[in-house]
Amino acid sequence: MRRLYQLALGVFLVVSASASFAVSPDEILSDPKLEMRARTIAAQLRCLVCQNQSIDDSDASLARDLRLLVREKLNEGLSDAQVLDYIHARYGDFVLLRPPFKLGTFLLWASPALALIGGGGAVWWNLRRRRAALSAGATLTEEERRQLSALGANGWSQDQSPSAD
Amino acid sequence: MIVELGHFALALALAVAFAQSIIPFTGARLNDVALMRVARPSAIAQFLLVAFSYGALTYAHIVSDFSLVNVIENSHSMKPFIYKISGVWGNHEGSMLLWVLVLSFCGALVALFSATLSDKLRADALSVQSLISAAFLLFILLTSNPFARISPAPWEGRDLNPILQDPGLAIHPPLLYLGYVGFSIVFSFAAAALISGRIDAAWARVVRPWTLLAWIALTLGIAMGSYWAYYTLGWGGFWFWDPVENASLMPWLAGTALLHSAAVMEKREALKIWTLFLSILAFSLSLLGTFLVRSGVLTSVHSFASDPERGVFILAILIFFIGGALALFALRAGALPVGGLFAPISREGALVVNNLLLSVICATVVIGTLYPLALEALTGEKISVGAPFFNGVLMPIALPLALLMPIGQMLPWKRGDLSAALTRLRVAFLIGVIALAVFFASYGAPYLSVITASIALYLIVGGLSDLFQRITFRNNDLRAILMRLSHVPLSALGASIAHAGVGVTLLGLAATGWGVESVIAMAPLKAYQVGPYQLMIEEITPRQGPNYSEIYAQMSVQKQGVTLGRIEPAKRFYQTRKMARSEAGILTIGLGQIYAAIGESHPDGTLDARLYYKPLVTLIWIGALIMAFGGACSLADRRVRIGVARRSIALKSGEAAT
Repeated sequence: MRRLYQLALGVFLVVSASASFAVSPDEILSDPKLEMRARTIAAQLRCLVCQNQSIDDSDASLARDLRLLVREKLNEGLSDAQVLDYIHARYGDFVLLRPPFKLGTFLLWASPALALIGGGGAVWWNLRRRRAALSAGATLTEEERRQLSALGANGWSQDQSPSAD
Repeated sequence: MIVELGHFALALALAVAFAQSIIPFTGARLNDVALMRVARPSAIAQFLLVAFSYGALTYAHIVSDFSLVNVIENSHSMKPFIYKISGVWGNHEGSMLLWVLVLSFCGALVALFSATLSDKLRADALSVQSLISAAFLLFILLTSNPFARISPAPWEGRDLNPILQDPGLAIHPPLLYLGYVGFSIVFSFAAAALISGRIDAAWARVVRPWTLLAWIALTLGIAMGSYWAYYTLGWGGFWFWDPVENASLMPWLAGTALLHSAAVMEKREALKIWTLFLSILAFSLSLLGTFLVRSGVLTSVHSFASDPERGVFILAILIFFIGGALALFALRAGALPVGGLFAPISREGALVVNNLLLSVICATVVIGTLYPLALEALTGEKISVGAPFFNGVLMPIALPLALLMPIGQMLPWKRGDLSAALTRLRVAFLIGVIALAVFFASYGAPYLSVITASIALYLIVGGLSDLFQRITFRNNDLRAILMRLSHVPLSALGASIAHAGVGVTLLGLAATGWGVESVIAMAPLKAYQVGPYQLMIEEITPRQGPNYSEIYAQMSVQKQGVTLGRIEPAKRFYQTRKMARSEAGILTIGLGQIYAAIGESHPDGTLDARLYYKPLVTLIWIGALIMAFGGACSLADRRVRIGVARRSIALKSGEAAT
């Protein structure tokens, strides 16, 4: 089975397609509002036996059990957050497709902000350093002035790029 | 016999690859032109040998030679002809061989079309390129031999995984590999520049067509894979933030950043070191993707540890090339000449912001993909990082980037005027705001769709504004417009088109929030409402295919009593592998689609079905096609410039002759 998996992995599709699919009509709640909430919750829960599939997309029987559990809890009047907490408590962090915020996931959640601050800081620092370097050498010596005009006489200019767009 | 020759050719290719990675490189160090020029013929010889080997494997698949393990495991005598050909790369060994084929093909292209390069740069670049070939050839020969025989040969093969028996397999992997491997050329040139310590605008011009080519192929490859997933998986999802998908997205993001920073380098001689770094990064991420997909590490960290041969080998290749290139970068980058200074409000400044945001997105995808693996390896804790994380974290970065794209296009090089740029975009802003109001009033929710769709429209109009303003000016008869259009540089035209393409894709993504879904047990000959359309099962019939049997439901799609078309969603069963798969029935109406998939049938004659109306969904992939077309325009611009260079060379030699 693992071999099969690798085959599928190699070409991008990991999810095994099957004729019997995810949510089937007999699971659907009669109250459309409640059903909508169930679907939203299901999209955030991982099918524990699948490769990166939400229980909403999976046809595994375990995913079906979880979908029914979500609907049962919603019928009991729990809020969305309570249902997620209930399943999180029973199945652990692995079941949440949006990882919980805690010590172990701190770097994960902080990574975009850290990258933005770090990258932005690097750009700013570089720009400042160059400007400082440039202003330090802003006054030309007589020799440099002469060289510059010699270059100018050769028709050298910065705008020689072939297509100026 | 042909199979053995193919195997032998592969071993010969390895020998050639080693020679090619040593001799020209040594020549470049000794300033020996004869040694450096070994690079070209050997690159072509290497390609021909790998191509022969690949041809031999293809032949074995076509004639169903079941004495080959690879053919037994992935083919069947009754399998349709096209899948016998595409099935060659529908498995680990064959796809690695395809990877090396594309790699050596790109090397041969460099050898053939590099008349304008200096001997030294060509020698160094082809040496590095060949070292990559050698590593992967060694990997195939030692751990993944596609030519392994078995005796006695069975009468019949085990058939190809049904999910892979699809035209998608014929197109998607070759495009993706061309993208991955195209970046290897850029990587090789970057390494060559670091080795020689020379880098300038001319280097950027040499590398640009390769970056563009790789980017176009990767864009099309990802879009194709996404559409394949969409119609195959039976419920219309098109992007799952699966590690395998992220593996192709990471080099795409780095490559997109590279395209833009290389433009700065080419025009303004700035961002050189950063461009070199991105050149290394784009291919490093391609390698990382290959490792993730090929090593089995994704299935589980533990299964990787228990069957480590291939994984460890690719990991070693990964560490050698990424580590080597980064070490080279660390050693030599400091010695490279620093680029010029520029004002923050300018085209360059905007492209720096573009690079910053794309890098942040890329870093987030990389970290999100690797984090669960690292955490499990370090602490044994298992977490999932899925779509809700990526969507939630990336949208706040991607949407501002989309807002900034047209503004960057409007800023001139060197020193720009922000208020002038914003003024030129007033039509785009106006359309964006009107769209926001209209979408909000007519749909209300979901907010993310309303906002994204408005930004998308702004981006389409804003992206094309620059082009529009270039070609309309006082005298606006058609001839004058066409005249001006022909004077717009192709790279500027390409940028406008590609940016508008991003907007088109974004609009398609936004519209997914307004789709309609209905999961029901359908009774035959009864109409069911899905969005503005009615679907009705007309008949349910079994049918026999070449290597499968199926049951399909013929459905009519109607709007107000008028039949717009028929779809045939089906349930297929592949006998050999005892696997089922569903075939979605899809009808494209305008830019939207009706999508139906069927499931279990019940004794009362009803059939479980998932029915969708997906408005504007085709825009997701049309946008990608537009982006690729924009890239192609830009690529054409380069050809013009090579022409200019050639003509001046011709002129010079002409002068010498007289």
